[in-house]
Amino acid sequence: MSERAAPGEVVLSVEGVSLAFGGVKALQDVSFDVRSREVRAIIGPNGAGKSSMLNVLNGVYHPQKGKIRFKQKEFVDMDSHEAAALGIARTFQNIALFKGMTVLDNIMTGRNLKMHCNIFQQALWVGAAKREELVHRRAVEEIIDFLEIQHIRRTPVGRLPYGLQKRVELGRALAAEPELMLLDEPMAGMNLEEKQDMCRFILDVNDHFGTTLVLIEHDMGVVMDISDRVVVLDYGRKIADGNPAEIKKDQKVIDAYLGVAH
Amino acid sequence: MLYRESGQFKSTYGQDQQIFPILQDRIAMVALLLVAFVAVPIFGDQYWLSAIITPFLILSLAALGLNILTGYAGQLSLGTAAFMAVGAFMAYNAMLRIPHIPVLGAFAIGGLSAAAVGFVFGLPSLRIKGLYLAVATLACQFFVLWAINRVGWFSNHSSSGVITAQRMVILGYEFVSPASKYLLTLGVVAVMALAAKNLMRSETGRAFMAVRDMDVAAAVVGIPMMHTKLLAFAISSFYCGVAGALYAFCYLGTVEPEAFTLDLSFRVLFMIIIGGVGSILGSFLGAAFITLFPILLNFVSKGLESLLGIEMDHAMVSNTEAIIFGGLIIFFLIVEPNGLARMWQIAKEKLRLWPFPH
Amino acid sequence: MNFFLEVVAGGLLAGVMYALVALGFVLIYKASGVFNFAQGSMVFFAALTFVSLTEKGWNFWLALAVTLAVMIVLGMLIERIVLRPLINQPPITLLMATIGLTFVLEGLSQLAFGSQPHGLELGIPDVPIEWLSEKWNISISQFDLFAAFVAGLLVLVLAVLFQKTRIGRALRAVADDHQAALAVGIPLQHIWTIVWAVAGCVALVAGMMWGVRNGVQYALTFTALKALPVLILGGFESIAGAIVGGLIIGASEKLAEVYIGPMVGGGIESWFAYVVALLFLLVRPEGLFGEKHIDRV
Repeated sequence: MSERAAPGEVVLSVEGVSLAFGGVKALQDVSFDVRSREVRAIIGPNGAGKSSMLNVLNGVYHPQKGKIRFKQKEFVDMDSHEAAALGIARTFQNIALFKGMTVLDNIMTGRNLKMHCNIFQQALWVGAAKREELVHRRAVEEIIDFLEIQHIRRTPVGRLPYGLQKRVELGRALAAEPELMLLDEPMAGMNLEEKQDMCRFILDVNDHFGTTLVLIEHDMGVVMDISDRVVVLDYGRKIADGNPAEIKKDQKVIDAYLGVAH
Repeated sequence: MLYRESGQFKSTYGQDQQIFPILQDRIAMVALLLVAFVAVPIFGDQYWLSAIITPFLILSLAALGLNILTGYAGQLSLGTAAFMAVGAFMAYNAMLRIPHIPVLGAFAIGGLSAAAVGFVFGLPSLRIKGLYLAVATLACQFFVLWAINRVGWFSNHSSSGVITAQRMVILGYEFVSPASKYLLTLGVVAVMALAAKNLMRSETGRAFMAVRDMDVAAAVVGIPMMHTKLLAFAISSFYCGVAGALYAFCYLGTVEPEAFTLDLSFRVLFMIIIGGVGSILGSFLGAAFITLFPILLNFVSKGLESLLGIEMDHAMVSNTEAIIFGGLIIFFLIVEPNGLARMWQIAKEKLRLWPFPH
Repeated sequence: MNFFLEVVAGGLLAGVMYALVALGFVLIYKASGVFNFAQGSMVFFAALTFVSLTEKGWNFWLALAVTLAVMIVLGMLIERIVLRPLINQPPITLLMATIGLTFVLEGLSQLAFGSQPHGLELGIPDVPIEWLSEKWNISISQFDLFAAFVAGLLVLVLAVLFQKTRIGRALRAVADDHQAALAVGIPLQHIWTIVWAVAGCVALVAGMMWGVRNGVQYALTFTALKALPVLILGGFESIAGAIVGGLIIGASEKLAEVYIGPMVGGGIESWFAYVVALLFLLVRPEGLFGEKHIDRV
């Protein structure tokens, strides 16, 4: 993996991205940038195209027009596997965990790009394969400690309540030691305490590991509190871009949320 | 009371990752292996060894192979018997045409050939899923069987398509008695089962399960889709291929392509459904069940015959068997979709508490 | 040239037979989202029941009525014992349950009626149509034409059922999401019973046609398995697709058998249809008439 960008330097920029599904225009000519180590929020009313934007960044959808530039490299589109290899990790709105596996195994899958032993070494479980497995187990245990989920490490993920599943998904994204993390509504469906915990984790990740964060969130309080800059989407177009204080006062944003016809 | 974990602390991750973390389990496993390797061949009845226990081991291996593909990696396959056929016939050809090849080498060639076939017929899995993939594996099953039948090379141009497995000699010792064949099979199966367990608890296994549970998310996490699916097909087919070779050499002796029909594929599928998908132990439990059940049924029908004086002919018994099998599949799917392996786990949980209720 | 036409015509008509079996699959899939692997054994069971009754001397129409009743009862039993406990399970579980059902039905059929092959007569002779063979030197059987007519009639009835009636709409809802359909008040159990009973009757028709052609014997279940490639071509949810798919598979299989077969030693009809389906899947996974699935993440 290449060197991390210096703080403040633009690490990701999106230029003129347009995405359509048949007749539905999910994104129209959206451009913005993200600076290293910042917390960038994407907000907007429902259906504005926020998740689609994240999916484009992550290689799940391929835009018809526009470019993505990540750390000096330009992509018209990339596939999700490439994105992961480049250091982009992701959580999903509807939780994309592997329901049949335990919490420990789920987070371990986040380490897969760092594991290099071949199948013969794994089958024998000696020497290099065993060591590698234990080294990564230790790294994963640190994440489990960080997220305070030790008590459920052997529970199959499908049995956990929603809030804990979201935390496990965050853990899996962290396990990849990503440079950029895309969080899709990490606090959806949580009560106040859970939200506070999640905020704490997210800010710790940003502080401690220096990870750049792009997050979609509906809770305005959270967005105003933790983000450095905000992009506002409405009907697939960008209508505002700036720091939280500016966005709060922007008339276009207020109109969009209040549903004023435009 | 007996099955307590108290006092057994794990102080390293290595200890935590053991296959049998509980001491009692380890003791039980060692005892089982001793019985299997030492007691059974010495005290075992010849008929049981050659007609029941050896095929049980071989079919467990095939079930293991199918479980890797369908249970762990989530790719439904109905072509198990075809892969076994490839393994059997290619092992035969290896022994025939490569001078002085060791027996295990021939088995390995059988397995590798099956892996190659599995790889090719697994290519569609990159574009199609679920039921459609099952149809693709049906294509494999029918095509491979036809090819083995038609292309004379496979059966050394014998007019009936039947091959006779050659003698097996390792380091000067010839494996001819049922006990020796049993030990050879047991050795191969034990080693391969251990390898499978190791594989499934390391990154390969996790990648398989990730692809099974949600392949979009697996790609997002960086797991290479194509590589993983094809690897699953290749490894699974290797196991089925070796099982096929063992089937020919250590069990049947003379083999015809008709031994590997769709019916056998279904039998192996039933083994993993009843035994437990996604479980190494389940493969063995399912194979044991399906191998022993017809014997039980025979017993019962003979008993009924003498008791009630009803004449039960062979067709009647095999039809009843089919009905009960089908019924059991449905029963297991409703009651315990994770099969006998899960029931075993639940039993162990209860045992940990015994004699207390909770 | 005439020979070629004859082969094609024979293939098309064989395809109609496949389509009849495929129709049963489509019906159940369209209405419950379940892929009924046991359709082939239902065909076998239906045909065997009918034939056994007529051979015992029962009147044709009476035997038909009784067999229809049996198939309806079978549909009810399947719904009660197999489907209801498995509501909302993943499709692969249901598929495996139908595989189990296959074995139950096959065993039951042979246990109840024995395993000898039976011939079947429907009163329409399997002889070439005279004026066709005299005028154009093409040999097409009267019976094949009758089978095509029956298939056409069946398709018409089913299409009307699905598109125009209230039940049809309910069926489509059920296929989409069991729980949601229940939540909206659609009587899931009744719907399923109806669908499986109807599929049973379709199976009977298919079984009778096949029975005349090939006799009623265990091998019928394998021929029924050929309906799978038909469904792949036509899409699992389309009645029209079942017919078109059947025709294509029937024709191409016959042509391959006649023209390619001799070159490779014959017997390719055991796998040709499946390989065609496989190749087709690689190009168009959802079939000719199927719907594309978009995964929303």
